[in-house]
Amino acid sequence: MSYRKLFRKLTLFLLTLPVFFFIFFPLLWLFSASLSNQVELFSVPIHWIPEHPTFQNYFDIFFPSLAASSVPRTFATALLNSIKIASAVTIICIFIGSLAAYALVRIPFRFNRPIQLGIIATRMIPEVSLVLPLFIIASSLQLINKPIVLIITYMSFALPYAIWLMAAYFQTVPIELEDAARLDGCSRLGILFRVVMPISVPGLVSTAMFVFLLAWDEFFYALIFTSTLAAKTVPVAIAEFVGRYVVNINGMMAGGILAAVPPVLVALIFQRYIVRGMTAGAVKG
Amino acid sequence: MRESANPLIFSTMAINHPIKRQSTLKQQDARTAWLLLTPSLLVMLGVTLWPVISTFILSFLNAPTGINQLRTFVGFANYIDMLTDQLFWETIGRTAYFTGVSVGLELIFGLAIAQLIHSRPWGWQFLRISLIIPWAVPTIVNGAMWRWIYSADFGALNGLLMQLGLIKHYVPWLSLPNMAMNLVIVADIWHTMPFVALVLQAALATLPEDLDEAAAVDGANVWQRFWQIRLPLLRPAILVALIVRTVDAFRVFDIVYIITSGGPAYKTLTITYLTYLNSFAFGKQGTGAALSFLISTFTIIMALIYIRFLYRPEETQ
Repeated sequence: MSYRKLFRKLTLFLLTLPVFFFIFFPLLWLFSASLSNQVELFSVPIHWIPEHPTFQNYFDIFFPSLAASSVPRTFATALLNSIKIASAVTIICIFIGSLAAYALVRIPFRFNRPIQLGIIATRMIPEVSLVLPLFIIASSLQLINKPIVLIITYMSFALPYAIWLMAAYFQTVPIELEDAARLDGCSRLGILFRVVMPISVPGLVSTAMFVFLLAWDEFFYALIFTSTLAAKTVPVAIAEFVGRYVVNINGMMAGGILAAVPPVLVALIFQRYIVRGMTAGAVKG
Repeated sequence: MRESANPLIFSTMAINHPIKRQSTLKQQDARTAWLLLTPSLLVMLGVTLWPVISTFILSFLNAPTGINQLRTFVGFANYIDMLTDQLFWETIGRTAYFTGVSVGLELIFGLAIAQLIHSRPWGWQFLRISLIIPWAVPTIVNGAMWRWIYSADFGALNGLLMQLGLIKHYVPWLSLPNMAMNLVIVADIWHTMPFVALVLQAALATLPEDLDEAAAVDGANVWQRFWQIRLPLLRPAILVALIVRTVDAFRVFDIVYIITSGGPAYKTLTITYLTYLNSFAFGKQGTGAALSFLISTFTIIMALIYIRFLYRPEETQ
C-alpha cells in the first residue's frame, strides 16, 4: 500500500517536470544570453552558459551616459517613461475608481445596475476600436509624444478594471460597520473615507498592483501615440529595436529581463491577491 | 447613541421614519452616488463612449489618413470593400485558427495542470507560484523572447534540436509559412495558459471534497471521478475562462507584431493587425473603422454572454 502511494507521488512529481521545463527554460536561456557577448551568442553549437559571463549589458542600462551604443540610452529613458506613466495611471484610477466602486456597491439608486453593466462591457472593448478618434483628436491638439496622452488613454482599460476589482473588495466589507457609523452621525462620504477606505487597504493595494501591471504591459496605444525615442515606453522601445538586425541584441535581452523584473517581483510578492484578483468574477460570481 | 449600533435597531428605526424624511434621505443618497461616480463617468465618456460612437460614424466616411483631409459620406462602401476583400476572409480564418487552437490548448493544459496541483505532488506550492511568473512577464518581452528563441542565427530552439541531433543545420523557423502561426501560438500559450491554470485551480479548491470521497467509496476510479464529478462542477469556471480568453485571443496584436509582424506573406496577419494596417499604414481610416466596428460587435456579444453567466449566482455557486 505504501509502495503504491510512493509510486503515485513519484509519478505525479515526474509529471510536474515538463511543466517546470516549459515555464523556466525560455526565461533561463534569455537570462543566460543576456550575460554573453555578441560573439558568444552566435556560436554554434550553442553555449547554454556563457564562458565569459558579463554584466556589461545591465551596467550600460543603469549608466547610459557611459554606454557605447544607443540601445541602453533609449532603454533607460523608456524605463523612466514607463514608471512615470504607469504610476500616474495607477494613482488616478485608484482614487476615482474606488469612489465609483463604492457608489455602485453600497448606494442603491436608479441607474446603478445599468452603469454596472456598462462598466463590464467597456472592460471588454478592444483598444483598436477606440484608437482612431483618439488619435485624430490627439494629433489636432498636438499631444502626440506627450506622456499625458498615454495617461488619459490608458484609462479606457485601466479604470473599468479598477472599478470592478474595488467593487468586488467593497462587497466583502461588513455592512454592519457602516450602519454603526451612520447611526453615529457619519455622512455617506464620512463613512467612505473614515470607515470603508481604511479597512480596504489590502484591496486598494492589490487593485493598484493590477492596474500598474496593465499600464506597464500596454503596447498598442504607446505604439500609436509615440514616435520619438524620448517619448517611448519600454514595450515600444523593445519592439522598435527587436525589428532591426544590426543592433546590440544582448543589450536588448538585458533590457527585456529588466522590463520583466518589476512586474514579476510585484506579482510574486502579492501572489495571494493575484489569484483572487484573477478569479474575481470567475469563481465567486 | 453608542449602544444603538445594532443593525436590528437600525432597521426598525428606518421603518419608523416618516415617509417624507425617508425620501429625502434617498435623494441625498442618489446625489452622493452621482457625485462619487462623476469623475469616472466623465473619463469613460471621453475615452470609451465617444470614441466608440466616433469610430462607428467614421466607418461610413471616406477618410484618408491626415488631419485636414476632406471626409465624404460613402454609405456602406467601407463595409462592402471589407467584405469583398479576399484578404479579409483569409484574416478571419487565421484569427479563428489562432483563437481556437490557442484557447483550446490553454484549456486542456490549464485543466491538466490545475488537476496536477490539486493532487498535491512534491513541490506543488512551488509549481503554483511558478505559474505566476510567465503571466507577469510583459507581453512584449514574452514576444521578443520567443522571437529570439526561434531565431535562425542564435535561437535556443535551433540550439536544442541540433544538440539532440534532430536537425543538421539551423532552420529559419519564422520564415516557414506553415510554421509561423503555430510558433506564435506556442508563445501565446506560455504567457496565458498560467491564467487558465490558476483560475481553474482556485475553482477546484472550492469544490466539496466529500463528494469525491463518496464516489471513491462507491468504487469510481480517478478517471470517472474527474469526468463525472469534477468536470461538471467546474463548468462555470471553465466557461468564464473560455470567454475571457476568447475575447483576448480574438483581438491578438502585440505578440504577432513583435514575433512576425504579420509575416511571412501575411501568414500570421490577424484581424486587429489588419485594422491597424488599414488605419495607420494603408491610409484607409474608413475601412479601419469598419473593421474595428466588427471587432467591437464580436466583443460585445461575448461580453453579453459573460454578463449572463456572471449575473446568475445559482449557476456559478
